[in-house]
Amino acid sequence: MNALELSGVQTRIGRYDVLHDISFSVPEGGVFVLLGRNGAGKTTTLRSIMGLRAPHAGSVRFRGEEIAGLHPSVIARRGVAFVPEDMGIFRSLTVAENMTLATLRGRFDGARLEWIHSLFPALKTFWNSTAGGLSGGQKQMLAVARAIIEPRALIMIDEPTKGLAPAIVDAMAEAFREIARDTTILLVEQNFEFARSLGRDMGVIEDGRIVHTGTMAAFAEDRALQTRLLSLSV
Amino acid sequence: MNQLSATMTRLGGVNLLPLIVALVALALIGAPSIWITLTVAGLAMGMMLFLMASGLSLVFGLMDVLNFGHSAFASLGAFVAATVLAHMSGWLGADSWVLNLGALAIAIAAAVGAGLIGGFLFETVIIRPVYRDHLRQILITMGALIVSEQLIIVVWGGSPLPVARPKILQGAFIWGDVSIENYRIFAVVLGVMVYAGLYVLLNRTRVGLLIRAGVENREMVEALGFRIGRLFIGVFMLGSALAAMGGAMWAGYQQLISPDMGAKMMIVVFIVVIIGGLGSIEGTLLGALLVGLIDNYVGFLLPKAALASNMVLMMVILMWRPNGLRPAAK
Repeated sequence: MNALELSGVQTRIGRYDVLHDISFSVPEGGVFVLLGRNGAGKTTTLRSIMGLRAPHAGSVRFRGEEIAGLHPSVIARRGVAFVPEDMGIFRSLTVAENMTLATLRGRFDGARLEWIHSLFPALKTFWNSTAGGLSGGQKQMLAVARAIIEPRALIMIDEPTKGLAPAIVDAMAEAFREIARDTTILLVEQNFEFARSLGRDMGVIEDGRIVHTGTMAAFAEDRALQTRLLSLSV
Repeated sequence: MNQLSATMTRLGGVNLLPLIVALVALALIGAPSIWITLTVAGLAMGMMLFLMASGLSLVFGLMDVLNFGHSAFASLGAFVAATVLAHMSGWLGADSWVLNLGALAIAIAAAVGAGLIGGFLFETVIIRPVYRDHLRQILITMGALIVSEQLIIVVWGGSPLPVARPKILQGAFIWGDVSIENYRIFAVVLGVMVYAGLYVLLNRTRVGLLIRAGVENREMVEALGFRIGRLFIGVFMLGSALAAMGGAMWAGYQQLISPDMGAKMMIVVFIVVIIGGLGSIEGTLLGALLVGLIDNYVGFLLPKAALASNMVLMMVILMWRPNGLRPAAK
């Protein structure tokens, strides 16, 4: 069964059509990577799924149910989490308050919180510190931790490695592998090495259209395709 | 300069400004008894301004709504409270402080109730259609302020309305050469209580956490599973009720209110919010205290400059800190 299915999604920002025809399916479990050049429409695709930029045409089905046009809060409560490119951290709140806010009833599941602390030990250290004072990597950890504090069926993460040190990127990759054991991850990423190390399935978006879907293994083998679609020379 | 700034930050930062203003005023005024009287008057005025302005600041911070009609609720609260008090002259003049304060409590409760209902209607009918459109917000809310003034004239008439004070709050507390009006002490106490309540609400409850998060990043709060629109209605109603409470207190302070009170208060309320920094309750309190204190000190030292003092204060603060003294993180 697919966790997510997009069909003919079109989204407009102001007077401009940004997504023209987005159609792809994200299988249940594992990491699906959405690749594409800058400005191709990757972020808008995630925001359209989350309801933050409602599509004006097409269908978005989450676990078989139509969610296009629903309020973001409704989509979130159905089991979709979103980590935006700017991380969406509440800088004036403490780490603990950021995490509390992400729980649906204001209470932590002790075992799950322990698991998160084991994934991101820095969050335990800075639990009562203001989030605005964290480093870039710690903020990204908090953003991801917030997305998984409640069990979610799908987590969408937009460019999590942007601006991070290599050591933090490695730690983040480890954490994503752990999370992907029982959660589907839809990852937008510019760092192809990072994406390749995690992705099972993938799609390429270009000028608001999906131009390629397949397995990451096959795409990683095909240098000519990479060069044509992403201008990569790896 | 950096050392001075660091030292000031360590001692409390911009929170020290009211204290600094008060100490400068003491040096200029000279007579401690007059200074104490003016300081308490300034604090009382500041607390009433805080009540009127705090809702406006939160509404802007949470939903980016510029409500130029906010002070209409202060006006509504003042007239509702004045009407209730006029019907409770027996309690107001009784020798029992319980009856005196009971009458005032009922009047304030009526004003708060009117603010809640008015706030709900205002948000639903006037604000909701103009979300995300500042120009239309300014035009429609200013229009609403004018309409509210005319509605007050229709209901209460165009003449100024006298407002009775409870017997226990008439007169002054005398201590040596110092004379402080009882009503001002009451205003300060009530303002502190409301601020404490708001502080607890915002910092110790889940709703408060949502409000603080919403002020910073509304979209992310929605992506976490919360309907900020519903929260906004609640905050708008709370803000309107606080403005109505401030208006009710202001009515007792002035003892004579007129239908144009809302329009007159609008400028001061905006000055308070801009000085304090939009979206921040602490900033609004700071701005309100500064405006209240400086208004009273300048009114004594340079009466002809009193009207301009608030504007000058706002200009100086904005040149120093363009986002106000303590704006909410965005």
